[in-house]
Amino acid sequence: MDELLRDFLTETHESLDTVDVELVRFEQEPNNAEILANIFRLVHTIKGTCGFLGLPRLAALAHAAESLMGKFRDGMPVTETAVSLILSTLDRIKEILDALEKQQSEPDGTDADLIERLDTMSQTVAAGSPPAQTHGSLAYQVLERPLKPGEASLDELERAFRETPGPATPRPAKSEPKSEPLPESKVANHSIRVSVDTLEHLMTMVSELVLTRNQLMELSRHQTETEFKVPLQRLSHVTAELQEGVMKTRMQPIGNAWQKLPRLVRDLSSELGKQIELEMLGAETELDRQVLDIIKDPLTHMVRNSADHGIETAAERRARGKPERATIRLTARHEGGHIIVEVSDDGRGLDTAKIAAKALASGLATEADLDKMSDTQIQRFIFAAGMSTADTITNISGRGVGMDVVQKNIDQIGGIIDVKSVPGHGAAFTIKIPLTLAIVSALIVEAAGERFAMPQVAVMELVRVRPGHEHRIERIKNTPILRLRNKLLPLIHLRKLLRLGDADDREPESGFVVVTQIGQESFGIVVDRVFHTEEIVVKPMASKLRHIQAFSGNTILGDGAVIMILDPNGIAASFGSVRAAGLGIEAISEDEKAISTRDKTSLLIFRAGSSAQRAVPLSLVTRLEEVDVRSIEVAGDRYLLQYRGHLMPLIRPGDCVRLKEKGSQPLLVFSDGERSMALMVDEIVDIVEEDFDIEVADERPGILGSAIVKGEATDIIDIGHYLPIAFADWFGGRHGRTHEKTQRHLLLVDDSAFFRNMLLPVLQAAGFRVTAAANGFEARDLIRSGKVFDIVVTDLDMPGMDGLALAKAVRADRDIPVIALSSMTTPEMIERVRRAGFNDFVAKFDRQGLIAAIKEQADAATSQAA
Amino acid sequence: MSDLDQHVTNSEYVTVSVGGQLFGLPIGRVQDVFMLNQMTCVPLAPDDIAGIINLRGRIITAIDLRRRLGMPGGEREPSMAVGIECAGESYGLIIDAVGEVLKLGAETAEPVPVNLDDQLKRVSSGVHRLETGLLVILDIDQLLDLKMTEMAA
Repeated sequence: MDELLRDFLTETHESLDTVDVELVRFEQEPNNAEILANIFRLVHTIKGTCGFLGLPRLAALAHAAESLMGKFRDGMPVTETAVSLILSTLDRIKEILDALEKQQSEPDGTDADLIERLDTMSQTVAAGSPPAQTHGSLAYQVLERPLKPGEASLDELERAFRETPGPATPRPAKSEPKSEPLPESKVANHSIRVSVDTLEHLMTMVSELVLTRNQLMELSRHQTETEFKVPLQRLSHVTAELQEGVMKTRMQPIGNAWQKLPRLVRDLSSELGKQIELEMLGAETELDRQVLDIIKDPLTHMVRNSADHGIETAAERRARGKPERATIRLTARHEGGHIIVEVSDDGRGLDTAKIAAKALASGLATEADLDKMSDTQIQRFIFAAGMSTADTITNISGRGVGMDVVQKNIDQIGGIIDVKSVPGHGAAFTIKIPLTLAIVSALIVEAAGERFAMPQVAVMELVRVRPGHEHRIERIKNTPILRLRNKLLPLIHLRKLLRLGDADDREPESGFVVVTQIGQESFGIVVDRVFHTEEIVVKPMASKLRHIQAFSGNTILGDGAVIMILDPNGIAASFGSVRAAGLGIEAISEDEKAISTRDKTSLLIFRAGSSAQRAVPLSLVTRLEEVDVRSIEVAGDRYLLQYRGHLMPLIRPGDCVRLKEKGSQPLLVFSDGERSMALMVDEIVDIVEEDFDIEVADERPGILGSAIVKGEATDIIDIGHYLPIAFADWFGGRHGRTHEKTQRHLLLVDDSAFFRNMLLPVLQAAGFRVTAAANGFEARDLIRSGKVFDIVVTDLDMPGMDGLALAKAVRADRDIPVIALSSMTTPEMIERVRRAGFNDFVAKFDRQGLIAAIKEQADAATSQAA
Repeated sequence: MSDLDQHVTNSEYVTVSVGGQLFGLPIGRVQDVFMLNQMTCVPLAPDDIAGIINLRGRIITAIDLRRRLGMPGGEREPSMAVGIECAGESYGLIIDAVGEVLKLGAETAEPVPVNLDDQLKRVSSGVHRLETGLLVILDIDQLLDLKMTEMAA
């Protein structure tokens, strides 16, 4: 295809998508001149380019639409009919573009119908101003007219055109004195278009390079002093940076996948006669374009589903006492190397009874099965093939290709999808997907002498099992089970699942249980040994092996060995059948689990400096590492480690922690954004989930207090104390914490999981019961759900509903003291916060101040109540 | 005998021995011959897939030709493989030994005997009469046909 034409097609498609979105916005905010100017400019550009390329149909359509929009700009009232008309014009333009892409020329046909309607509409209100001159099908006449003084950008376009063998003499279309320069001239200066294939190839090569680098590093590890060490180190850093750079070229904001949704929702609203508002948060969250492509359709499908099945009609909503205008909310955020995308609505929620009936009818489950299942388990049937619960098959959804296709797409990229639904209040679908498909972090495990890689995303925790110990494998009629925190966790031996070793081998009674969660289902995979975590480059399985469910790919490890990557989804599937055939033990009840994880904290137990146990909330720890002591560099009294291309400070928790002379040094790595620091410890003991009470609020620096963990007094380390030691400005400009208390119930709202987790123990140590919420909406919903909170502590700066909006929402409902947290403590800020109705304002890093403020508010509330 | 004519025209073969039988692989399809050192078994894989190997940074699928062809022979440590490519993927065919490269013409060519067992007949495209014995020519695409693999498994 003609290079120029291809560029035009790509660009016009992009512009049209933007126009779609903007128009819907414009309809809601008809007075926003900025949006209008933007739309006007885009359409004008399309028109100009079309005339220039000799595409008369497109030019005529764009021109007529532009004229109508010109009227809007001149003050004509914006009506829904007019916007709809422009939208249908855009659809026609898209049709023509599609045909153009296929045939390389405009298809035959006429657009007189649309153009006439557009013209009529612009004339009805066009009191004085005559419509701009029509060209449209007259594009060839344009060529005969003398050249008007054009703009620089058009000249450039012209030159580009001349240099390309083209069909016609270049002629800029009628130029509007007001119009802004064409976008390509601006863009061309600092960006170029590169074909996706080129990037793909680059990525493949970088992946190979990473593998080779890993192999080299592994080799050099076995040699003591070699002259390769230094250049290898350099190679390693350059490779890491190259990898990062190439990954970046593939990153795109998730908003690109959402672009068509506002239009879709608008069209659905009018089609279904429902009032639906679409909220989009975190559109700037970036992810690999390959991942983006795969989730695009599922997301569209889910939004469509929500609008069609989830949202009630306005009348129904009124009858239930809900606002007529329903909301579908799309959010995206990063969370530890993954992207969490959520599609939620405030509709009627999933109809469990209907799903159960459907599952029964389609033979997916028997009545006896269903009786034993919890609501959440039944709801998961919507991911099975052929389940659609719409009463009537509409042309919007309910065509039988449903959530099963969505799940398949998500599975394909190693993602996890889950659904939560509250009858009458709405449903939320959560998708957890890797940032990129090419490189994932995996735990290397061993069973029957073979090593396998387990993607980190699915690993919830590791439990060591031994006969006679607290955690041991128990059996009911040969089915292995683990008691974990008073719940039964179904187990499967990896060696049995993969039929490794001799058939008559007994299943070992000791080893490690990799606790895995797929959706709401938890289960344990028993392996013999657990090694380290490694970043692996995923390579697709050979076609002859692709049918094996248990694996999702293979990879080459640093030592050159090839290993298989386990597919948690596949294992869950085979596990399901094992379970069904065996006992049908219910997995840990999801509802109970949800509650227990809220109130319990997973602690990482370690020793450092003494034989006493110490602990830190596991959620704070980014990674556990063991490094060769010799790789640790000493600078003055500071220890540093070259880590993932950066120098990472190593902190000793207490003076009695000494650097070992040789061997390996275990590290707890903490990261927030780009920064990492590590605590040097002597030994990592265990990971436990405890409902712990910190008993003594400690005065020793770096210690939050003591708690009884596994029957032993354990110091809970205050990471907040060590972070500023590593980076003085760690707390600067970051936000987000949540608190709760044990007697008084605190609601802590912060968008940063890191600070939420940081403050949780601090506030618990101060004697509060704390519930955390990740954003304003979540907090609002928690309060509306009827939970009683004594105090709300909220970050001010959060995406979506910020602290100020939350305070307003809280105040509208009930009288709860609200304390603001912010890293900005300017007088203006304080003033703004006071006026917004906050009871108090605390700087983010002032933990003592925060506790004092909470106590003060709590006391005030108590005395008021009395 | 069009099949026969075809392979007669390009007639250089790498000879390999599997389970005591001599086989010929069209030289154009053979990329290299390598020693196996570290092979990873793939649990739940079809019987004739011996495992996967790291060959100079590429992951290739190793096919046990003995099992694939139903040749006799006890268990032995696989040691040598012929690297070939088929439909964009790389494979290693595990063999017992590799022999010389032979240039063979129409004068020694024979069609596949009708009484050959099905498993072998499906993947052979002809036989050559050599002084030392009979050389069975393997059709690599047939040999690696997925459906065939499943049937054999």
